[in-house]
Amino acid sequence: MGTTQSGILGGRLPLGEYESNFSDLHPPLDKHEALVASDRCYFCHDAPCMTACPTSIDIPLFIRQISTGNPIGSAKTIFDQNILGGMCARVCPTETLCEQACVRNTAEERPVEIGRLQRYATDVAMKENKQFYTRAETSGRRVAIVGAGPAGLAAAHRLAVKGHDVVIYDARPKSGGLNEYGIAAYKSVDDFAQKEVDYVLSIGGIEVKNGQALGRDFTLADLSEQYDAVFLGLGLAGVNALRLEGENAEGVDDAVDFIAALRQSKTKADIPVGRRVVVLGGGMTAVDAAVQAKLLGAEEVTICYRRGKEHMNASEFEQDLAASKGVTIRHWLQPKRIAEKDGKVAGIELEYTTLEDGKLTATGETGIIAADQIFKAIGQSFLGAGLGALQLEGGRIVADAEGRTSLANVWAGGDCVLGGEDLTVSAVAMGRDAAESINRAFAAAAPRASAVA
Amino acid sequence: MADLRNNFVGIKSPNPFWLASAPPTDKAYNVERAFKAGWGGVVWKTLGEEGPPVVNVNGPRYGAIWGADRRLLGLNNIELITDRDLYVNLREMKQVKMNWPDRALIASIMVPCEEEAWKAILPLVEETGADGIELNFGCPHGMSERGMGAAVGQVPEYIEMVVRWCKQYTRMPVITKLTPNITDIRKPARAAKAGGTDAVSLINTINSIVSVDLDNFAPNPTVGGKGTHGGYCGPAVKPIALNMVAEIARDPETYGLPISGIGGITTWRDAAEFLALGAGNVQVCTAAMTYGFKIVQEMISGLSDWMDAKGHRNLDDITGRAVPNVTDWQYLNLNYIAKAKIDQDACIKCGRCHIACEDTSHQAITQFVNGVRHFEVMEDECVGCNLCVNVCPVENCITMEELPVGTIDQRTGKPVDPNYANWTTHPNNPMARQAAE
Ligand SMILES: Cc1cc2nc3c(=O)[nH]c(=O)nc-3n(C[C@H](O)[C@H](O)[C@H](O)COP(=O)(O)OP(=O)(O)OC[C@H]3O[C@@H](n4cnc5c(N)ncnc54)[C@H](O)[C@@H]3O)c2cc1C
Ligand SMILES: Cc1cc2nc3c(=O)[nH]c(=O)nc-3n(C[C@H](O)[C@H](O)[C@H](O)COP(=O)(O)O)c2cc1C
Ligand code: SF4
Ligand code: SF4
Ligand code: SF4
Repeated sequence: MGTTQSGILGGRLPLGEYESNFSDLHPPLDKHEALVASDRCYFCHDAPCMTACPTSIDIPLFIRQISTGNPIGSAKTIFDQNILGGMCARVCPTETLCEQACVRNTAEERPVEIGRLQRYATDVAMKENKQFYTRAETSGRRVAIVGAGPAGLAAAHRLAVKGHDVVIYDARPKSGGLNEYGIAAYKSVDDFAQKEVDYVLSIGGIEVKNGQALGRDFTLADLSEQYDAVFLGLGLAGVNALRLEGENAEGVDDAVDFIAALRQSKTKADIPVGRRVVVLGGGMTAVDAAVQAKLLGAEEVTICYRRGKEHMNASEFEQDLAASKGVTIRHWLQPKRIAEKDGKVAGIELEYTTLEDGKLTATGETGIIAADQIFKAIGQSFLGAGLGALQLEGGRIVADAEGRTSLANVWAGGDCVLGGEDLTVSAVAMGRDAAESINRAFAAAAPRASAVA
Repeated sequence: MADLRNNFVGIKSPNPFWLASAPPTDKAYNVERAFKAGWGGVVWKTLGEEGPPVVNVNGPRYGAIWGADRRLLGLNNIELITDRDLYVNLREMKQVKMNWPDRALIASIMVPCEEEAWKAILPLVEETGADGIELNFGCPHGMSERGMGAAVGQVPEYIEMVVRWCKQYTRMPVITKLTPNITDIRKPARAAKAGGTDAVSLINTINSIVSVDLDNFAPNPTVGGKGTHGGYCGPAVKPIALNMVAEIARDPETYGLPISGIGGITTWRDAAEFLALGAGNVQVCTAAMTYGFKIVQEMISGLSDWMDAKGHRNLDDITGRAVPNVTDWQYLNLNYIAKAKIDQDACIKCGRCHIACEDTSHQAITQFVNGVRHFEVMEDECVGCNLCVNVCPVENCITMEELPVGTIDQRTGKPVDPNYANWTTHPNNPMARQAAE
């Protein structure tokens, strides 16, 4: 075994090494550390961090609650705005969100550790299974949600709080969406995604039907008929293709499948990985696939991105993380052809690129990198079957700021909506806001209480 | 190099930093370590009468309050005077003084308010070779219930009486340690002077309940379910101590009476402030109890370096220098006008100055300018109160700038008057109006 054996193999590392490689990327703060970290917050007025948070969590307030020894109250402040605050604390690219806006960056180039503090407070409350919300009196309204990802779960929770009955349909066997199948293993350890799903659902009034696919088992029209409102939180179920010679060779894989398999594996030792791995793409998915390939024992992992460092969707922090794990990131290279030998990947031919008048153009200069595995991470795409006349644009659902689509009584949110940020936290915000919009629509449509009793 | 040598009522020490009478000076072991670390002198933990010594509680005797990062800001204690036998203390004092002849060794004493009791103990102390005595009229708990400590310090007549006995029965210099648990600190100071004291030292600890245990509903420190008020000290009490020192220093009746400044001294800067307000030297307790004896090294080098930088040659160059600038409110110049000014390069845009001024002061700081988050003082609203300076987390980011004479104060529309004018002559002052009529 080992890291130098050619081919796509599992068990490259001793068992104990997998465990340490895939442990918490940001270990939780203990109580003392949380107190020290919370002391650094200035309790800013109209805090910039709060404006930068897509779910607008009252950050100065929740941090002050930690510092005064009230982590439970702190968790409620977080959950009031973001019921998936626990996952967001683990996966948010805080370095481009709240922590980037923290005034302590200006003061000493070191922000308050908002993400880790948020995890501290939410961990305390979730460990105690502290439930903060009770359902309003049932309204008799029924809402169908398709997709049990962050958007769908956030919408379901808010609707349940308002007293509406919710049924969630999801094609996958487990709920959580990419929280369960996408997020890098070292960001969400100990089966946290499922624990969080259970925590969210324990409000009651939400039924989840797994293994039910829109477009296969039912259509949007069916749901519109059976329910008072529909929310679509479908995410991006498809993967962009390379459209290159050799793409079908053995060893050319979708990064998202690789990542999903990793998340579902207990030991990680059973996940095969190549000796020399090339990852195509420049986003979070590319970095996650590359880093995890390295952690599985690949000898050499290279990310090839067709534009420059400054264009990468992966944040500075993620790029540094990749570098620190020994991943090489190369820029201005686009794939040209995949070289095969006996039906298996042998390498990849790449072509240098440059920007000409703002347009990406190939220079004609090429080179070959030897590889036995290639991961495609050049973007996910929306798969929209069974949606009928729903208006799409650029391959995604068109919705307004409240999540209203072109169809009456149909709302949408999360990655499947045009113009989103493709982040867990944004999906939560969109789901929550759509639920509020649905609730307002119900209230407006409610038969007025008759003046004469 | 600045000369830090101290001569306090004839007691000489290599520097003005003494350890106050408290646990750090409880026995030879501690005091030897303190002298090795560099302390200029010690006031030995308060001695009591001959006979069975007092007993302390066997549960917790300290409570505290903390600032950011659990930095200790205030300490409170319910400890009594020494709980060791008088003769053990005296023997050790004598030995230590012999071992360290260049350091100051003061005996703190608290015995019942009877002439015989004082007459009995003074020769015993004198025999140790101690450089002086300090009368503990300050301990606010336990001992005061037995008619000693603060119970004496709160009655000026008793102070005068006891000081007089001491002056009569010993040749040693007498330092009278005052309790702050009194409305007007000048009264006990005057009484001590009337009794002939050589100096006063202050402050002792302040009556306090430092916190309440909310699970058991009892004050902290809790001893078997009950608590009692304790004595408060540490950084939090420094402002109270500074004021009391200044009050005595500028009181015409006690003017010139040597003062040993105590209360919250933690750094060289604190010490320099006490000296500036009239203290001839300083005593430290809580800072040593928090960080150990080594802190004196920072105090010595800090004071010395500051004196060098400012050209002060010795302690006399500093002592009392700020006293003439302490005055009554009524004599402050009402024609002096200052406005806050924000250094935009230093500002980190936390918004605290804005919300403080907006919610609780004079609505004089912007939050947005042309739709952009921007904090700027509006001179036409600013009354110069200094609140924003105090709440800003960045040092020197907001400063108070004096308006030069003749410039227009945007708030009142009037030019700054060059003449000194105070409340005593102000037209809004009814007394001043009466006097004018
Ligand atoms: C590899 C990877 C790593 C990522 N890492 C991060 C990160 O670290 N931080 C971060 O903030 N964001 C990250 N993201 C983005 C983030 O995961 C998404 O933005 C977020 O999950 C979107 O939530 P969603 O609810 O819109 O969609 P999803 O999480 O994709 O959930 C959609 C759900 O809908 C279901 N579904 C889809 N189609 C159908 C159908 N036809 N019928 C029934 N059910 C259906 C799916 O099974 C899924 O459960 C990552 C994404 C990927 C791919
Ligand atoms: C635990 C403790 C015990 C003390 N015991 C005495 C004492 O026996 N005699 C005395 O004069 N002062 C005593 N004090 C008061 C200190 O000498 C000093 O006046 C006070 O703590 C203020 O100084 P600081 O702020 O530097 O601590 C005691 C203080 C503490 C904390
Ligand atoms: S910006 Fe930073 S310091 Fe200010 S409230 Fe937010 S976390 Fe606290
Ligand atoms: S000095 Fe006072 S009035 Fe002036 S800006 Fe600051 S807080 Fe407001
Ligand atoms: S308090 Fe200080 S740092 Fe904060 S906005 Fe005001 S001037 Fe700027």
